[in-house]
Amino acid sequence: MSGLVTNGSVLLTRFVSRFNGCTKRLSSHFTYFPDNGKPVEGETTKMNMMQAINNALDITLKTDDSAVLFGEDVAFGGVFRCALGLQDKYGKERVFNTPLCEQGIAGFGIGLATAGATAIAEIQFADYIFPAFDQLVNEAAKARYRSASQFECGALTVRAPCGAVGHGGLYHSQSPEAFFSHAPGLKVVVPRGPISAKGLLLSCIRERDPCVFLEPKILYRSATEEVPDVDYTIPLGKAQVLREGDAATLVGWGTQVHVLLEVAEMAGTNLGLACDVIDLQSILPWDEETVCNSVKKTGRALIAHEAPLTSGFGAELAATIQEECFLHLEAPVARVAGWDTPFPHVFEPFYLPDKWRCYQALVDLVRY
Amino acid sequence: MALRNGVSFLRLLTLRQSARLLTTHTRPELQNGGKLAEFPGAKAPYVTEMRFLDETSYDPIPIYRVLDNSGEVIDRNEEPNIDNDSLVNIYKTMAQLSQMDKILYESQRQGRISFYMTNYGEEGVQVGSAAALQPQDLVFAQYREVGVILYRGMTVTELVNQCYGNHEDPGKGRAMPVHYGSKQHNIVSISSPLATQMPQAVGAAYAFKRQANNDRIVICYFGEGAASEGDAFAALNFAATLDAPVVFLCRNNGYAISTPSSEQYRGDGIAARGPALGITTLRVDGTDTLAVYNAVKKARAFALENNKPVLVEAMNYRVGHHSTSDDSTAYRSVEEIEKWTKDESPIQKLKLYLERKGLWSDEEDKAWLKESRDNVVKTMQDAEKKQKPHWKEMLEEVYHDMPPRLQKQMQQMEQHLKKYKEHYPLNQYQSD
Ligand SMILES: Cc1ncc(C[n+]2csc(CCOP(=O)(O)OP(=O)(O)O)c2C)c(N)n1
Ligand SMILES: [Mg+2]
Repeated sequence: MSGLVTNGSVLLTRFVSRFNGCTKRLSSHFTYFPDNGKPVEGETTKMNMMQAINNALDITLKTDDSAVLFGEDVAFGGVFRCALGLQDKYGKERVFNTPLCEQGIAGFGIGLATAGATAIAEIQFADYIFPAFDQLVNEAAKARYRSASQFECGALTVRAPCGAVGHGGLYHSQSPEAFFSHAPGLKVVVPRGPISAKGLLLSCIRERDPCVFLEPKILYRSATEEVPDVDYTIPLGKAQVLREGDAATLVGWGTQVHVLLEVAEMAGTNLGLACDVIDLQSILPWDEETVCNSVKKTGRALIAHEAPLTSGFGAELAATIQEECFLHLEAPVARVAGWDTPFPHVFEPFYLPDKWRCYQALVDLVRY
Repeated sequence: MALRNGVSFLRLLTLRQSARLLTTHTRPELQNGGKLAEFPGAKAPYVTEMRFLDETSYDPIPIYRVLDNSGEVIDRNEEPNIDNDSLVNIYKTMAQLSQMDKILYESQRQGRISFYMTNYGEEGVQVGSAAALQPQDLVFAQYREVGVILYRGMTVTELVNQCYGNHEDPGKGRAMPVHYGSKQHNIVSISSPLATQMPQAVGAAYAFKRQANNDRIVICYFGEGAASEGDAFAALNFAATLDAPVVFLCRNNGYAISTPSSEQYRGDGIAARGPALGITTLRVDGTDTLAVYNAVKKARAFALENNKPVLVEAMNYRVGHHSTSDDSTAYRSVEEIEKWTKDESPIQKLKLYLERKGLWSDEEDKAWLKESRDNVVKTMQDAEKKQKPHWKEMLEEVYHDMPPRLQKQMQQMEQHLKKYKEHYPLNQYQSD
């Protein structure tokens, strides 16, 4: 993997590293909490999330002859370098640039999967996935259902970098998971770091349903963990409980998980409270059982996501929690999210559901 | 677009002849007495010979130019009639742009602004086309058209303020750097998603067409990469079928980030799509400012007079990196870049032309470059001191009137900031 790290002269590395520069000027948006547990035994290698994703793609191309990897600027590794070195290794027929057209990328991927190939499509930024919305929501999501399983495109995985980076503004920061959560037939997954990215991406690629895999791009370089070398998967549709406690249940996904882990620490230090912290991981379908069992135990739920509050995926969680846990609830379900505005450039520090907003919401929740 | 060797008819679409010239050589294999078939979808002759067409069936669309590389006019009849002050102004804008690019690019490197994109190598397309427009024309741009924006009168100060996102940014700091816009100068605010501006430009042109005594056209800039988007086809086809007075100007600079144009399309570039869709089309040397000027001037007149679209494909080369997030040496050779910087610099070509005409000198050039640089540096120093807009601007203008739910969110944030002010960079923002 060392080759990956040494090539520093690359696209958008600075996009991310500039964020780190910004943290010096602005208040830091989150602290990364590496995973301690290992999903499997065996040798590990220190990887950031970009390298872990590269590793999952490498394993797929090595073990699955039908697999192809494509998208805008993917040939030279993609603007975030997740495909770095893979064209050299597997050839231009398997790892390639497409013309600049997201609807084309999605439709092409559906066709590949329909004809028996494993298709891994990259959309350069999740903000640019909307031209592909029709193909994903009307075609990929419904292919199996409308043909009564005669046809399906489960071998399609669409990867897209999402989320805040400190200076992305309107069109390099969005988290569109909720849009896709409204499309029965799709699976929607968001990893929180290198270990989860590798295992979840391998699951998505092998899953029998089309998957949208949203990668919080701030983590590509800032998140580093000891990632198992072997081929492993993490089950879809399952949440992970990362901290345990009885005061409240904190639910998030992607970068926001790290914000909530810090909030849980703050609650421990300042208030002497212990919370359950749950990484939902799979947005669609989501793990109702784990979340509701936790809320039944704690009686209090706080959900946080970067996407705008209204019709964010938190709304679905809140509705289900009140339905399933009504008699256990000690307080109304709390949601902390991006405001109901487009993602603003210079106002990002005020826009995000940062640890202070989440912490205050938790204080209000336990004092209700 | 002349069909090569012995094909049944030849279509010439030039700006000079706005009417189509259809030469039907009566060829023996034409059936039906040469009478055209009358399918609703095509009026064409019948033949008995099966001939598939491919990209070699057509000659490449030629590239119109006025200047050679030494700044000499090749054909005197083509020398545009531009007054001396305007010529110098065109040059000065291009040189100013290049100096601004250098300094702002560097300022991003130093962490002063978050992002930047340079226009190197494309100054001629930008300023040459802008000079051929009228102030009332409406501009839909992609992002690499700052020369157009400067020429139309947005000041370096306004642009630098936008890059800093301070309270004097006309866009109130909401968008990333280089996403300029100005109602006053008829430049629709730039949006990052590619090609979305193209069908919008057609709609705007259609609205103009319907206004009494219309004297406005719309110009729509886009890259050869963006031309692959579905919106690009929609725009061209809408413009053709709905007869919209819009000039499409494709900046074909050879790359879309790392993707070379050879992986973006096959066939004869973007221009070939024009005649195929029934759009009057010209290909021009984008490194030749005067050729671009002539092309857009004619295109504008044609669009306005006929209420029809024109497609201009300007060929040039993206000399700089895609953006500050890019290092283009990862996918192209330094020699390739040098070739285009050395012989094909639009700024150099126009400078040589002006010198030949006795309108410009090395001393004037030195003085102007220094003045341009000083201007940008001074503006930056000022911009840096200016606060960002009040944080409440984050929640304004989402809707015409702020809905109650958003009002509530503003109150929540206000409460929050009272309690947690030390954790937010409030001193960088304007306050009540
Ligand atoms: C819909 C959409 N997809 C992807 C991108 C990311 N992106 C920004 S610029 C760019 C390349 C555009 O190339 P081109 O149109 O040739 O313009 P140039 O940069 O060469 O001026 C890409 C892929 C985007 N902004 N919008
Ligand atoms: Mg280009």
